[in-house]
Amino acid sequence: MDKGIEIRTSPHLKRVVSVEKIMRTVVLALLPICAFAVYQFGLSALLLLATTTGVAIWTEWFFSRLSGKGNTVSDWSVVITGLLLGLTLPPGFPLWMAAVAAFVGVALGKALFGGLGYNVMNPALVGRAFVQAAFPVAITTWTPAFAPGRFAELIPSTLTLPFMQPIPVDTWVAGLQLDGWSGATPLAIQKFQHIEPPLTDAFTGMIAGSAGETSALLILICGLWLAWQRMLDWRIPVSVLAGAALTALPFWLADASHYPSPWFVLSSGGLMLAAWFMASDMVASPVTARGVVIYGLFIGSLTVIIRLFGGLVEGVMYAILIGNAVGPLISSWTQPRVYGTSSRKSQG
Amino acid sequence: MAELPNTEERLTPDTFLRGLWEENPVFVMLLGMCPVLAVTSTTVNALAMGLATTFVLVCSSLLVSLLRNWIPKQVRIASYIVIIATFVTIVDYAIQAISLELYAALGAFIQLIVANCVILGRAEAYASKQKLMTTLVNSLGMGAGFTLALLSLGTVREILGNGTILGISLFPADFQPWIVMILPPGGFFVLGAWLLLFNWLRLRKERKATGPIGVTADAR
Repeated sequence: MDKGIEIRTSPHLKRVVSVEKIMRTVVLALLPICAFAVYQFGLSALLLLATTTGVAIWTEWFFSRLSGKGNTVSDWSVVITGLLLGLTLPPGFPLWMAAVAAFVGVALGKALFGGLGYNVMNPALVGRAFVQAAFPVAITTWTPAFAPGRFAELIPSTLTLPFMQPIPVDTWVAGLQLDGWSGATPLAIQKFQHIEPPLTDAFTGMIAGSAGETSALLILICGLWLAWQRMLDWRIPVSVLAGAALTALPFWLADASHYPSPWFVLSSGGLMLAAWFMASDMVASPVTARGVVIYGLFIGSLTVIIRLFGGLVEGVMYAILIGNAVGPLISSWTQPRVYGTSSRKSQG
Repeated sequence: MAELPNTEERLTPDTFLRGLWEENPVFVMLLGMCPVLAVTSTTVNALAMGLATTFVLVCSSLLVSLLRNWIPKQVRIASYIVIIATFVTIVDYAIQAISLELYAALGAFIQLIVANCVILGRAEAYASKQKLMTTLVNSLGMGAGFTLALLSLGTVREILGNGTILGISLFPADFQPWIVMILPPGGFFVLGAWLLLFNWLRLRKERKATGPIGVTADAR
């Protein structure tokens, strides 16, 4: 073999960016969102994030040891999975259920497919979908944001014993003596009572909801920073949000008293977090430039359709999982014309 | 076929044990998945389904083995189906007589035993070529293996999905059921987990036998 000639497969152009660098940057972009979640929901959110991240790391370590591939924890991708999963769960979610979600997400969503780069779907959402199906009541039990004493005491349901039902939070919430607490997120209030909460509250995050999904503004800033760092494909979040807004618009124009406004659709629920940090999962999204736009529009419109016509209040999780599943198909549909050939038929 | 020489097996312990482990109809051959996924939401259902299938499997295999020299080759599948359907009808009426509640829980899956490929597969691949005694032992082993597989799914799904085993509560009253486990996806999850475990055990055994290099899962 001639050492002067090196034969490699594409891509031949390389950036001086490693997987670890990208993943560390994403973790850095997630930290402000985590900090706001802890500020808003207190110690319970901190424990929740620590549990999901810790169990996710342990699961990755366990399966990488089992498969004999060497330690893959150090590529940081599993930290993102753990943090994202924690951010999508209600702040008072029992820790043992969060551990189940993290284990199932990393094991079933990632390790069994062969680890990073082989997962069909976003592992964090696989974990969340599993606990959504297994514990539907616990995952829709919301607690008020900015509760007094949130840094001194835990939400009672956080420290539920394993395999036990979550400790009811009703009496604890009543003891807080908050004005106007209805036990529902703005998304649920809109869906079932058709009352839109003040838009600025939903946008800045002064509302109840999952630990890290409340502040659309903060997520937007972190996501934009990440896109500016070229660590995510800006086409994906933009087309997801556009797809959601464009699907919501005709319904709102037809009957504004019944359907949510596009602005409310964008700033409520987990759409913002999902669009910037989950739909943009590098492994599970399509690879072509046209493909990611189709993928994003598909996820955005599917989210709104599930929200408006499905039984569930929030649909972005299933929308992204379905988007992940059709991602490879979109990729193969949108293969660009090979340079030098005349039509799409002539490509190999 | 009967006219082929030297295909008859001698009766050994392996004739029975193969169905339990090495050729387990569910975990190795992946046959009869429909009842495995559909009626294993509780231990009782799984046990009843396993015993009913075992009964049909043993009886029809015996009859096929007895008649193996008289069944014309061209119509053998149809003949096997008629034999199997006879015993399925017996089981259908028997379960209805024993427990109407169980009959309702198992639903159409009792009648669907007739289409279970474990049974037809045994008739075609084994009973039609083997003597009565080896057929009896082998089909008993296969039936036991099938029942064991159904039970391993049924117990896990009932414990997690309902907190009970055979209807007896295992946990304090405020146990949180994993609702997904008694729903159809739970069947797929638990079956996948068991397959994972069995394949891992088999791989590890082969790796020990052949050394660490050049191992394939399908060495058999």
